[in-house]
Amino acid sequence: MTAIVQVRDLARDYSMGSGAVHALRGVSFDVDEGEWVAIVGPSGCGKSTLLNLIGAVDTPDSGALTIANQRIDRLSDGEATAFRLRRIGFVFQRFYLMPALTAAENVELPMAEAKLPRDERRARVRELLGYVGLGERADHRPSQLSGGEQQRVAIARALANRPALLLADEPTGELDAATGLEMIDLFRRLNRDGTTIVVVTHDAQMADAAQRRIQMRDGAIISGGLA
Amino acid sequence: MPIRLAVLALWRHPARTLLALLGIAVSAALLLDMVMLATGMRENFQGFLMLKGYQLRVAPKGTLPFDSDATIDSATALVSAIARLQGVIAVSPVLGAQVQTTSPADSNVSAFTLGVFPDVQGDYELLRGTDLSDSTSLVANDLWLTATGHAIGDTVSLAVGYDPQLRTVVGQRRLVVRGVARFFYIAATQPTLAMRLPVLQAMGGRERQDRVSLVMVKAAAGVDAEVVRSRIEKVSARVSAFSLEGATSAVEQRLGYFRQLALVLGSISLAVGVLLVTTLITIGVNERAGEIAVLRAIGVAKGSIVRQVVTEGVILTGTGAIAGIAIGLVTATWLERILADFPGLPTTFHFFVFQPRDAGIALGLLALAGMLAGIYPAWRAASLPIAVTLRREAVA
Repeated sequence: MTAIVQVRDLARDYSMGSGAVHALRGVSFDVDEGEWVAIVGPSGCGKSTLLNLIGAVDTPDSGALTIANQRIDRLSDGEATAFRLRRIGFVFQRFYLMPALTAAENVELPMAEAKLPRDERRARVRELLGYVGLGERADHRPSQLSGGEQQRVAIARALANRPALLLADEPTGELDAATGLEMIDLFRRLNRDGTTIVVVTHDAQMADAAQRRIQMRDGAIISGGLA
Repeated sequence: MPIRLAVLALWRHPARTLLALLGIAVSAALLLDMVMLATGMRENFQGFLMLKGYQLRVAPKGTLPFDSDATIDSATALVSAIARLQGVIAVSPVLGAQVQTTSPADSNVSAFTLGVFPDVQGDYELLRGTDLSDSTSLVANDLWLTATGHAIGDTVSLAVGYDPQLRTVVGQRRLVVRGVARFFYIAATQPTLAMRLPVLQAMGGRERQDRVSLVMVKAAAGVDAEVVRSRIEKVSARVSAFSLEGATSAVEQRLGYFRQLALVLGSISLAVGVLLVTTLITIGVNERAGEIAVLRAIGVAKGSIVRQVVTEGVILTGTGAIAGIAIGLVTATWLERILADFPGLPTTFHFFVFQPRDAGIALGLLALAGMLAGIYPAWRAASLPIAVTLRREAVA
C-alpha cells in the first residue's frame, strides 16, 4: 500500500505564560491510502494539535510531514490554504456550518472557492447530499437540522473537492449514542468507498470501527505508530 | 459568494444593521449638504454673475462693484474706449443711486435705482409690461409697487435727493411705470427701480454728470476674458476691472469661512461614518471569529475573507449613502429656505446647488470610506490564527 500520510519526528511547542508546553514530542507514523486510522488518548495529549498539523492549519516546529507526496510542513500561508482546499476535508466536533447558508450552499462553498463551474457544483452538491442521506434537506438551514444531520452536511462539505484525506476531530462528540452509531456507519461506508480517514476521538466505538488505532500520551505516540 | 455571505452576515442582526444604516444615512446627508454648500456657492456665484453673459465688471479704482458710493467720471469716453477694444462685443454702463417718491399722495419710499441702457443692460429681466422705451419710462420690482401702491401705467414723481432742513427735493422727475422686472443682483427685500442712464445722471445734477458706478463688459466667445481685463485697465488708470475668475476669487476669499466650515463638517461626517462602519463590522467579525476560522480551515483564501468583510462595509455605506442623498436633498432645501432670509441676498442667489457631480462625489467618498472602514476588520478576520481560534471556540 502507498503511504498517503508520512509523519516524521513531528514536534510542536506552545509558549504558555510561564514556559513552553510540548504539545508534540517527535511523533512519527504513516497512514496508507484507503486506510482509516483513529488517534486516541486523554485530553491534552496532543491529538488535535497533530490533526491541525496534518490538516495544514498549523505548522510544526520541527520534523517532516508529507501528505499525498507533498511536503506541507514549510508551506506559505497561501500554499497551505490552497492545499487544504484541494487535498484535505475537515470535519469538526461542532459541525461549524455557516448558519446563514442552506445545507446545499454549505456544501457548495468549498467548490465555489475552488472556482468550479456552477453546473458542476450543483451536480456535486446533489450527489453528496444524496450520499449522506440528506437529498431532501438541501434547502434547510443548519438551525432546521438535527445535530446528526448537521454533521452529515459537514461531511458532505468536507468531501466537496474530492480530498485525498478526510480529517475528523471528535465527529461524534456532540451527538447522542444512536446518532453517533449512524455517524460511525457513514464513516465506514466512506472508507469502504475509498476515502482515507484520520479521526481523533474519545469515542471507543468509533476507535474500534477504525482499521488502526494510534494511542497517544503526553505528546508522544505510545502505540500504533512507527516502530 | 462573498457578496451573498456579506449580505447574510449583515442580515443576521437586522436591528443593528438598520441603526447603522440610519447613522450612515445621516452622515451621508451631511456630507452631501456640505459638498453642495462648498461647491454650490462657487458654481452658483459664477452662474449668478454670468446671468446675461457679461464676464467682466469695471469699478472705480480700488473698489468692488457697488462696494461703495464711488463712481467713475468721464463715463461716455470710457465706455467708448472699452467698446473699441479687440474682443469686446457689448458694454453696459450702470449708475446706482437712492431715489425717493415725492408725490404728496405717496408714502416716502426709498428705492435703489439703476440707470442703464435697456438694449445692453444685464441687471434685470422684464416680467410684465414694456421696457425703458423712452426717457420717461420706469421699471420697478414688485416690492416697490407693493410699497407705493402703484401699478403699470401710473405716473410717479421721483427725486434723487431730499434736504430735510429746507424740505426741498433735488432732481425731481415725473416718470411712467412701464414694466415690472426681477433684478438679479439686488437683495430680495430691497425696493428697486430702473430708468435710462442719462435720466438718472441728469436727476443727479453735476454730482452724477457723465458718471457711472459700474461698467459691465461682454467679451466675444473664445476670447480670453483675462486678456480683455488687462486691456481695460490699460485704457484707464481710474478703474479696476474684474474678470469672472477674479470676482469669483474675491468672493471666495470672503466666503472662505463657509467653505472651511463645510470642509470641516464634511470631513467630520465622513470620519463618523467610517468609525461607525468599522466598529459595527469589527463587532461582527469578532462574533464570527469561529466561523471565519472554519472557512479558513476548509481552504477559503484570505483574499476571499477580506473581500467578504470589505463588501459588508461597502454594502452598508452604499445603502446608507443612497438613503442619505434623499435626506440630504430634503435638508438642503430646508436650509436654503433659512439662508435665503439672510439680509441683503439677491433672490437669484442660492447656497445649495444640486449637481449630479456632487452626489457622485458624496457617493464616491462614502464608497471609499466603506472600503477603508472594512480594511481593519478584514485584516483582523484574515489574520485570525486558525488553530488557536478553533481551539478557543471548542473550549467556549
